[in-house]
Amino acid sequence: MSGKLSPGIIVILTLLAAFILAAAGADLLAHNDPLRQSLLMRLRPPGTFTATTSYPLGTDDLGRDLLARILYGARASLMVATLSVSVSLVVGTVVGLLAGWFRGWIEIVSMRLVDSVLSIPAILLAILTVAVLGPGFLTLVLVLGLTRWPRYTRVAYAQTLQVVTLPYIRAAEMAGCGPVRILLRHVLPNIAGPLIVVATSEFGLMILFEAGLSFLGLGVQPPYPSWGSIMAAGRQYVQRAWWLTVFPGVALFVLVLCVNLFGDWLRDSLDPRSLSR
Amino acid sequence: MIRHFAGRVGQAIVATSGVLTIVFFIMRLSGDPTLLLVPEGASAQQIAELRHALGFDRPLLVQYVAYLSDLAHLDLGQSVVQRASVAGIVAERIPYTMMLAAGALLVALGIGIPAGIVMAVWRGSIMERALAGFVLTGQSLPTFWSGILLILLFGVALGWLPSSGADSLQSLVMPSIALGALTMSTFARMTRIAVLDELSRDYVMAARARGLSLRTAVLRHVLRNASIPVVTIAALEVGNLLAGAVIVETVFAWPGIGQLAIQSIAARDFLVVQAIVLFVSTVYIGMNLLADIAYAVIDPRIRLER
Repeated sequence: MSGKLSPGIIVILTLLAAFILAAAGADLLAHNDPLRQSLLMRLRPPGTFTATTSYPLGTDDLGRDLLARILYGARASLMVATLSVSVSLVVGTVVGLLAGWFRGWIEIVSMRLVDSVLSIPAILLAILTVAVLGPGFLTLVLVLGLTRWPRYTRVAYAQTLQVVTLPYIRAAEMAGCGPVRILLRHVLPNIAGPLIVVATSEFGLMILFEAGLSFLGLGVQPPYPSWGSIMAAGRQYVQRAWWLTVFPGVALFVLVLCVNLFGDWLRDSLDPRSLSR
Repeated sequence: MIRHFAGRVGQAIVATSGVLTIVFFIMRLSGDPTLLLVPEGASAQQIAELRHALGFDRPLLVQYVAYLSDLAHLDLGQSVVQRASVAGIVAERIPYTMMLAAGALLVALGIGIPAGIVMAVWRGSIMERALAGFVLTGQSLPTFWSGILLILLFGVALGWLPSSGADSLQSLVMPSIALGALTMSTFARMTRIAVLDELSRDYVMAARARGLSLRTAVLRHVLRNASIPVVTIAALEVGNLLAGAVIVETVFAWPGIGQLAIQSIAARDFLVVQAIVLFVSTVYIGMNLLADIAYAVIDPRIRLER
């Protein structure tokens, strides 16, 4: 895997594109409303067809179409992951750049804060914050974003320390560039690679966190579908309706697997040294 | 050497005080922490009384100092919901979580380390590929899903193991596997890298040139050296296992601190949640410190640096 598109990576990219399309086109792909309940159609197995509509993946305990809920769940999953990764990437990178450039007390305070935040297991920090603020979509994004920024700060900080010693930074400084311009135009492009690799692995983690928090009832709130909350409801019917836990779980597993494999491939492509391992 | 340890201990103290401060402010994010602690449907009068009794009407800085001094006396407060000391409520559940973490660690070490060794020694073989797939699966499986699948297979379909509760040692098997899967993957990857690193060293070639078989070289020399990074990761993983217990304990109705945290959120018993976060974070920092010290004791190069 030397950065070229091997058959494996093409399969992964195709699957990832399929997930994105499913999330974006959920309105077109699902022919049932994911929120519409039908008490006559409760817990129907996969492959149920009626005169008016069909339930290819079966229905849940309230008679809602599982396929539609999984498609809309993909949207929730990808949106939360994208937004929270963006929040933590921006916050973490800015803090890391500032700490690496200005040094002094900014460096001391921010790097000690990084150590402290990383000492609280992310899932517990998220649980405590969601519990205090009350669950909701925005809370979920902010909480996940703001618990994970130190991962980026560590990388951005270490990379900035290396880059600022290079001659071209001195040259830019002498040419009269201010710190903002130097950091954004000259430092950031040079440290972007490792940050993107971290962001990819964090993306998979965010998908798992969103599903985990929704499973615990602290994420996406009912009736809106999330893979985690579908499985939490399905857990009570695990003996009667296996499809409620198996299908969303397969979707979650395949998506996270693809993201992780994509991340590995990206890391190997950006850093040829890691190939030796 | 002493300077190295003193520096590490200092770092741990700074991180701990940082954690205490972060948790203090999160508890006050909603504006009035009193509202988190009263039972639903309390009157304005009751809320005001409780606010005064708990000292939330004092200036923030005074509250912060009082909070730190209470914690210094290991006083985690009284649960308004359960009318008992928070420390007692949490302490009662800790042994269960420790048992679960130990079981998960056993699964992770028992499978992860041999898998890592095999992947490194038989690099490029079909065996390596199969194990790599296995490791990647463990890494991408959400614990709550693998938990439910285990229940579906061994609890419901085969009926071999109890699906929930903590009645016997058998109850521990499925939660340990679900919780240990991710850590198992970490161990396998780290062991593989550590063994590969050692295999490429000159001393291995020298040992082979002396006529030692690959098996003897690996067993006698490589594993001892490769164990250093793996030991330190084991310490760090304990913190992750305690955090992961939140979800696994909920799936299997295992009565540890993870289940307690979720029950306490539902019961609006926030001091208990706070205590659990503080406990797990402190253990995490403590294990980090232990790992650092162990590392320095095992490998003299590290303590001679700086």
